[in-house]
Amino acid sequence: MNDLIWLVPLIPLVGFILNGFGRNIFSKSLINLIACGSVFISFVLSCIAFGEVWAARSAGAEGIFHFHFFDWIHVGDLKISFSFLLDPLSSIMLLIVTGIGFLIHVYSIGYMSKDPGYGKFFSYLNLFIFFMLLLVLGSNYLIMFIGWEGVGLCSYLLIGFWYKNNSFSSAGKKAFVMNRIGDLGFLLAAFFIIGTFGSLEYNEVFNQAAGLSLGGDTLLIITVLLFVAATGKSAQIPLFTWLPDAMAGPTPVSALIHAATMVTAGIYMIARSNILFVLSPVTMNIIATIGVCTAFIAAFIALTQNDIKKVLAYSTVSQLGYMFLGLGVGAFTGAFFHVLTHAFFKALLFLGAGSVIYALSDEQDMRAMGGLKKKLPITFVTMLIATIAISGLPPLSGFFSKDEILLHTFTDSPILWGVGMLTALFTAFYMFRLLFMTFYGKYRGTEEQEANIKESPKVMTVPLIILAILSAAGGFLNLPEMWGGGFLANFLAPVFADANQIRPVAEFTHSTEIILMVVSTVAALVMALYAYRRYAAQEGNIALSENKEQNFLQKLSYRKLYVDELYGAVIVNPLKSSSRFLYKVVDKLGIDGIVQGAGRMIIGSGRGLRQLQSGYLTFYVFMMVLGAVFVLIYGFFGN
Amino acid sequence: MDKLFILLLLPVVSSVVLLFVKNIKGAKWFALVASFIVLALTLPFLFSFNPTAEVQFEQSWQWISSLNINFHIGVDGISLPLVLLTNALTPLIILSTFGKNYSRHLYSLILLMQMGLLLVFVALDAFTFYVGWELALIPIYFICALWGDGDRIRINLKFFIYTFFGSIFMLVAIIFLAQQTPENSFEWASFTALNLSSPVQGWLFWAFFLAFAIKIPIFPFHTWQPATYTHAPTPGTMLLAGIMLKMGTFALIRWLIPIVPAGVTAYGHLALLLSVIGLVYASIIAFKQHNAKKVIAYSSIAHVGLISAGIFSWNQAGIQGAIFQMISHGLSVVGLFFIIDIIQRRTGSIELADLGGLASAMPKLAIAFLVLVMAAVGLPLTSSFVGEFLLLKGVYTENVWFAVFAGLTIIFSAVYMLRLFQKCMLGSVNPKWAHVEDIKGFETVVLIVVVFFVVYLGILPGGILNISEASVANLLEQVSF
Repeated sequence: MNDLIWLVPLIPLVGFILNGFGRNIFSKSLINLIACGSVFISFVLSCIAFGEVWAARSAGAEGIFHFHFFDWIHVGDLKISFSFLLDPLSSIMLLIVTGIGFLIHVYSIGYMSKDPGYGKFFSYLNLFIFFMLLLVLGSNYLIMFIGWEGVGLCSYLLIGFWYKNNSFSSAGKKAFVMNRIGDLGFLLAAFFIIGTFGSLEYNEVFNQAAGLSLGGDTLLIITVLLFVAATGKSAQIPLFTWLPDAMAGPTPVSALIHAATMVTAGIYMIARSNILFVLSPVTMNIIATIGVCTAFIAAFIALTQNDIKKVLAYSTVSQLGYMFLGLGVGAFTGAFFHVLTHAFFKALLFLGAGSVIYALSDEQDMRAMGGLKKKLPITFVTMLIATIAISGLPPLSGFFSKDEILLHTFTDSPILWGVGMLTALFTAFYMFRLLFMTFYGKYRGTEEQEANIKESPKVMTVPLIILAILSAAGGFLNLPEMWGGGFLANFLAPVFADANQIRPVAEFTHSTEIILMVVSTVAALVMALYAYRRYAAQEGNIALSENKEQNFLQKLSYRKLYVDELYGAVIVNPLKSSSRFLYKVVDKLGIDGIVQGAGRMIIGSGRGLRQLQSGYLTFYVFMMVLGAVFVLIYGFFGN
Repeated sequence: MDKLFILLLLPVVSSVVLLFVKNIKGAKWFALVASFIVLALTLPFLFSFNPTAEVQFEQSWQWISSLNINFHIGVDGISLPLVLLTNALTPLIILSTFGKNYSRHLYSLILLMQMGLLLVFVALDAFTFYVGWELALIPIYFICALWGDGDRIRINLKFFIYTFFGSIFMLVAIIFLAQQTPENSFEWASFTALNLSSPVQGWLFWAFFLAFAIKIPIFPFHTWQPATYTHAPTPGTMLLAGIMLKMGTFALIRWLIPIVPAGVTAYGHLALLLSVIGLVYASIIAFKQHNAKKVIAYSSIAHVGLISAGIFSWNQAGIQGAIFQMISHGLSVVGLFFIIDIIQRRTGSIELADLGGLASAMPKLAIAFLVLVMAAVGLPLTSSFVGEFLLLKGVYTENVWFAVFAGLTIIFSAVYMLRLFQKCMLGSVNPKWAHVEDIKGFETVVLIVVVFFVVYLGILPGGILNISEASVANLLEQVSF
């Protein structure tokens, strides 16, 4: 199998090429077969690869395999190879990307069935899977960067998939540009890494880094730059505003790219580089702080949004913030665990929302929903499970992963824990608000619309059910130590071994752990009940009460803290004005003015000018003669 | 072995023959076939080139013996990629004109220009170089002045005077240098063997720099460029942006830096600074341009700013990156100008305000356009990424802060290129352009070739990098400061 690892990304690429060329020729079933089939084969191969890593781990080995294909860029002593790294971390990511990717491909068969751009859509999805797999499998930072930028391209294409809508294509552009700000950080970090370690290969960089002292300046620069890259891709402060706009894309895209996989690339990258980060405590603090702040403000914004996908988008930003918080406090396993569980329940939430939107013929405003529980039973039950999971109620998956992060945060800094806890309360509230506004109470549309609502086809509900099972049971992959300890932590141990040695995982007593669990569970329950009273118990008036903007805080939340407006005023508009200024004043009047003026002076009189305008040929001959004279004169001097 | 000379001779001969071909269609095909033969004859050089630092396929004849001027030509790892670029782009450029009825003289001029360009790249004697340098200017002047639009006479006059003005300083410098050599030779080898004092090298630096900086153009010598590119006929713009500006960047590597290393020590940082300023400056201006050609024109200033910056950082990554990026930029910019030409022919306008929603009527064009936009923003797996990565790495090695500012290009290029793409192709469909025809025939051929090589070089850059590696390493060893 190990010799076939290159097939894992290659097969989706072939799928992209086939469907790309055949998008208008192939029948829908052929497109489905190519698109879903290629990801499925990739998934099977990933399972085999995972099995090999597993077998190696069980045998007590580290389970790290290296595959070299060819030298990509070779200049002087700078050598960048095209090579893959299969280890416990990447093997799990492979499963997430291809597994959830496959489910979402299948779901899309139903969701996109009426779209004229059917073939194009699936070819883009396959291309995305290809780049995401490169990102995950690369054995050095530059191969990761190919994937990193490639998924950005796919994100751009899929956000603006309905390109005739100008605001959708603008949302795609915004995503691409904001990601690029982060990408500059990535590139600069790569240069610093080459400058310091002479290589971009993970094993060489990390082996050398393990010998460096704690808190060096170079490592600080490298890690901060890498974190800047992560804030772009994973939508953290200050580069988070593209992700909510990215909801312009078809809902399966939101589930796959903007929830389950691509946006976790930043966390993956930092977890991958864990050794560099633990050696730079300042960066770790920055990450934890930015993470928890992002988690908090995104949850705050999500409290009042009425667009079902917007709520989920801000929720994603918020959950990503948790993951960064986990990384920042050194809970690498916990953060990665949350990547995993979040992939399950957030993909499920988006697909569930998609199922609702599909049933309501593209309605996304929750104020026009309500009472869908009976009409969409499978969607409802699966979304209920996902909501419980994300709210951190035991024993569903989100409880365990969030708990692990918060526990480590508590031992690291009670203040950060406090903010994280508050965010968890918000999360429970806005998620249950979403659930109740959508599925409880009375339907708030017209009766005619109501009559047409029916559950989505099997091709959509089966993926929901599978994801619901994973969301419910995923937590058992990494139980707290007191309940038998985690499979995941053991499995990943070699990846984080050096980092854990430098920064030992904090000690805590079981009683602390239990108290924290009880506190967070009770708090989440209270919030769920509060949401129930507010949105499910009172029938009918939700639309009204949510239309009013009552007080300052609500308005602030509803208006998304005016961040877009701020960026517009501080960055975008000044750049636009300076563009006009530089063009009209500096370039045309200033620099070109001098050139023209000098030209006139040299050419001299009006007579000369008139001659110039009388015909280019004359002037040309004149210049040639002048040139010849010059040559002659200097020729004489030469002899 | 008169092969290299034949490579130079064939375009001239074809150019002369074309004057006697009476019908336009015949002229088109004759020019295309001739340029293909030249390309085919280039391939043996590529395959038999030995990737060492040696100058190969060298030929030399006495030219003006009283002045000790030789016609001395040869190819090394630095010039071979550019020879290849010239000979590969020329047939593409000729093919791209098939949709319009230019007169046969256009083809004659294109082929004449090809010879001038080749001469610049293969010259090993300063006088030979200078002849090629000026020879390339004459056809392009006529191309732009005869088939351009708008205020073409005035604009081209400015272009001509400006570049010629720069060249004169270079000529003075060349003649001065020849006098300094023991045998009054114009040979590259004797120029670089000179050991001149720093002040002398200082003014020589500026004399050469001015000529090259205007041609490239480097900020603030760029103001001729946007108007010239915009009002030139598309084949003219392609020649200018695709190949001709590379004369300047190539000359920096071949002539300026090796001849006056002390001058570069004194002023190289200033040149690097100007390159980086130009990059940021032109990118910002490109944000709000209303004309598609002007967006590409300013983006081109930004891109060559990075190339020059890489060259002035004078290290392996920077120079190899520069050579690679010259190829890559040549390819993608020719493709982009062609796409804009197609849009203009279909809709009659390249004002962004008039366009929009073309993707629905022209999906194939949209794909090619998107790939080239991605190349222009330096997305990995396109050739530009390899070039920009190496260039930025080179600049980083020289000065971290310059790299940070030069790196802004990856953000800014995304802003203006995606805006261009959106304004042309995306958004609601303008009913006027709802039924325009997608690319077909020769258009498809040109774009497929360009797109293929943009992607191919992005995945397998090794071939070109391998050609230049030894020559660049040798040059760096020879000229260090």
